[in-house]
Amino acid sequence: MLSASSLEIRLDEILEVEFSFRNTAIPATSIAGLQPADQVYVVNWVQRVASTNIELGYQYACHAVEALAIMDRDMVESWALYAMDTYDREGLRPALEVMRRLDSFADTCRERRVGSVLEEQQGILLGFLHGLSGRRLKLAEAAQSYTDTETLFLPPVMALLGNPDDNFLLYKVTIAALWAQTRYGTFRAPLAAELEQQCEPDRFLGLFHAFESIRLEACIGRELPGLIRQIKRLKRELGESELPQVWVQHQEFLQRPDIRSEDALALARDWTGKLAPYPPFPYQGILRLDAVEACVAERLAREKAKFRVTLRLLEEELLEGQRPEDENGTKKQFSKREIPAPDLPEGMRTEILLDGKPMPLPVEVENLISSIIVDLGNIPDDYLEPAGPGEYDPALFQEQQEDPDDVWSGVYHEQGAHLYREWDFQRQHYRKNWCAVREKTVVPVYDNFVEQTLDRYSGLVKHLRKIFEAMRDEERRLKRQSDGDDVDIDALVEALADTRDGREMSDRLFTRMHRTERNIAVIFMVDMSGSTKGWINQAERESLVLLCESLETIGDRYAIYGFSSITRKRCELYHIKHFDEPYDVEVKGRISGIQPQDYTRMGFAIRHLSRVLNEIDARTRILITLSDGKPDDYDNYRGQYGIEDTRRALIEARRDGIHPYCITIDDQARDYLPHLYGPAAFTLVDDVKMLPLKVSDIYRRLTA
Amino acid sequence: MQPRVLKLDEYWVEREPYYQPTGDEIEIFQAGYRNHLPLLLKGPTGCGKTRFMEYMAWRLKRPLITVSCHDDLTASDLVGRYLVKGGETTWVDGPLTQAVRAGGICYLDEIVEARKDTMVVIHPLADDRRVLPIEKLGALIEAPSEFCLSISYNPGYQSVLKDLKQSTRQRFVALEFDYPDSELEKSIVSRESGVDAETAGLLVKFAVMTRNLKGSGLEEGASTRLLVHAGKLIASGVNPVSACRGAVAQALTDDPEMLAAVNELSSSLF
Repeated sequence: MLSASSLEIRLDEILEVEFSFRNTAIPATSIAGLQPADQVYVVNWVQRVASTNIELGYQYACHAVEALAIMDRDMVESWALYAMDTYDREGLRPALEVMRRLDSFADTCRERRVGSVLEEQQGILLGFLHGLSGRRLKLAEAAQSYTDTETLFLPPVMALLGNPDDNFLLYKVTIAALWAQTRYGTFRAPLAAELEQQCEPDRFLGLFHAFESIRLEACIGRELPGLIRQIKRLKRELGESELPQVWVQHQEFLQRPDIRSEDALALARDWTGKLAPYPPFPYQGILRLDAVEACVAERLAREKAKFRVTLRLLEEELLEGQRPEDENGTKKQFSKREIPAPDLPEGMRTEILLDGKPMPLPVEVENLISSIIVDLGNIPDDYLEPAGPGEYDPALFQEQQEDPDDVWSGVYHEQGAHLYREWDFQRQHYRKNWCAVREKTVVPVYDNFVEQTLDRYSGLVKHLRKIFEAMRDEERRLKRQSDGDDVDIDALVEALADTRDGREMSDRLFTRMHRTERNIAVIFMVDMSGSTKGWINQAERESLVLLCESLETIGDRYAIYGFSSITRKRCELYHIKHFDEPYDVEVKGRISGIQPQDYTRMGFAIRHLSRVLNEIDARTRILITLSDGKPDDYDNYRGQYGIEDTRRALIEARRDGIHPYCITIDDQARDYLPHLYGPAAFTLVDDVKMLPLKVSDIYRRLTA
Repeated sequence: MQPRVLKLDEYWVEREPYYQPTGDEIEIFQAGYRNHLPLLLKGPTGCGKTRFMEYMAWRLKRPLITVSCHDDLTASDLVGRYLVKGGETTWVDGPLTQAVRAGGICYLDEIVEARKDTMVVIHPLADDRRVLPIEKLGALIEAPSEFCLSISYNPGYQSVLKDLKQSTRQRFVALEFDYPDSELEKSIVSRESGVDAETAGLLVKFAVMTRNLKGSGLEEGASTRLLVHAGKLIASGVNPVSACRGAVAQALTDDPEMLAAVNELSSSLF
């Protein structure tokens, strides 16, 4: 049990009171009133929070006792972490706000407890959504539920009902309702034009939404009979009141299968001013015409261009080697055929024909067609004209990829970057979305570097090829097997002799061919920091050339990336060779073009490349780092911070089944590498000039 | 009771198997058979390739020898090998040799799964030579005109490493199978499992939903076979949502999120 005065001394120390004149007496007195275990807990957390920011730590000390009184420890912990995340993301003022508004955090927590959280359920909900027919829709968070016809926006937490299951169901039903809006053509009705003529557009829209919701619910009922039962139950839970008589009559009309959104619009036109809009249920969302219009206009243009270019590509593919005109000189014509399909909302399926013959279409094209049909109801005839030579600009229909260099020319932002977390050892927790990682490509230099290297090490290259060839997958004949392709004559003769002697005969009389498969995928992660300038860079590049020669011989799958950074905002991975790229002139040029860049932040590179490795289907996955020193970057990624983050990233990689290994030329490496890679997973090469000789050999030993 | 034990080359399909043609596959197969051409059946799992073979064996009145290939299947597993019996070695025919001798239909299921050396064995049988060389016996067996070789292959999910080589695929007449269109699939499910037309319709709708998920979480959508399984469970009184969970969702994936998503889809239908 600590006294108030000893607590005050401890807090003074942590919060550097000497320089800041904070009054620690008040928090110390309140903490002194806690149980000893809680005292230790709070002081420990004050220290962790203060490592991020002293003022934040002080505020934590002031509010911790109150927090423990109204929340359990898990919640207090997530409150502190949330404040630190807010600090990382938005700065001190919003973080202090989180500390001060403890009550609202506690309320939100409770809400999350009975509620359903979109972030947690996203995987399931997205799977459900993609199972439904029509366009591939996306999910995103927003304050209200609505759709722009490409994305369904949902609130981050659903807590209208009393338990998580019902709230999850509410998500599901909301998704179905918004999906129905896109699938059953709510936005195909000329709404915008109509609204312009109305003197009370909001009221009109409300009425249309109410009519449309009734129509859509009938559509859902026909398509998903199980869901409609769940919707009915939800409505009761949400306090459904009986439908007024005048609405019942409309309901009967709107539930007919042949009713379209245009009919609902006409009905709204007839009844506007005479009928008050029926308030929508929360799951029916709102109609955001502005969002829809922008999205649809952009998509129509894009998909038309994409479809016409696709037709052209298909035409070229099919007619490869043939003339596009037949004997009469007429050009081949695309056309469409509509096949009745009562199951689909449009009532038909569309087939694309080339000269009257049906064409097999790849899945992406099928998806494109269904997306166009969802918008327009059919494929218009002018879509069937393949794109001409001038209309081939991919920028028309492809989503623009951010150029990693361009992002940096203007103000800094994280657009288009992969965000990775980073381990803060003082906080004992991750900093979320901390490193902005971008993949760039090394600019190839086409000189004769590779040839020179091969010449210089010609003896070694021959030797390596021989060794690696011997390691290739080979069928070996296993002898004395109990089952196999052929009789093992030696074993049989022995066995017969044994039986003559009266001994028991062995049953291992066969030979079998056995293939040992290597099935290895390896990534080489090459240090491109400024410190590699000169000899080290030369040695790294030479090592890579020899390594590629060896790996091509043995046939293992491999990729090469360089890494460099300057602060967390600018973490760069330089692509030299992807897994599926052949070892060609381009790759050779890139190896030759490796240039020293900035600093050595390692955590992000390990995390990103682990992700790349995990997508590869291989029995053994290896991540080999070629480095010249300890982790280090311009911001506070120095000393223990950098080492602990790197260590954490390596632990994560190992947990994913990746074998990390490090080859370094840093003679100080024995001080920190065992802590990072373990005692056996690194090699220290004393002499830079020996690196090219050693690397292939190390790889051989590692995978033999 | 005593189960019936048959030799491989004595397996005659006695009763007409239920098979609904989806195109002109029966005519093509018959024409190929008459002209001594080997056949390649392409298509996703559970869409009726094996059932089609049984049907054709019944129609052509030939014994059917099916070999399910796996990654340890070697050429001698197909052709035959010497075994040691009482101090002597005796030759034992493999299923392919038995099929050639009996003039039956040999169906190699999922051929790409087998080891590469098996392809070499079937090559001489699959062109106009129609012989099976047996190296270890020093003999060539000429296939009688009734013999037919057919293989199946699922281009969907095997890795690129296991793609069918051009030298193999260009010897075969290919028949493409896909899931039947929804009306036909409905009648198949209803007929095979005994559920009513409405339930069969919902099952087919459910299958289409899972096929929409192919590539975004599922490797393959629900096959007609799985629908028949689910239908059988429903017909014997199991709650449809549970039947879909057991017979379809669990068969498709182990990923808990995907399972939950597929179950949400089935509970939306039934």
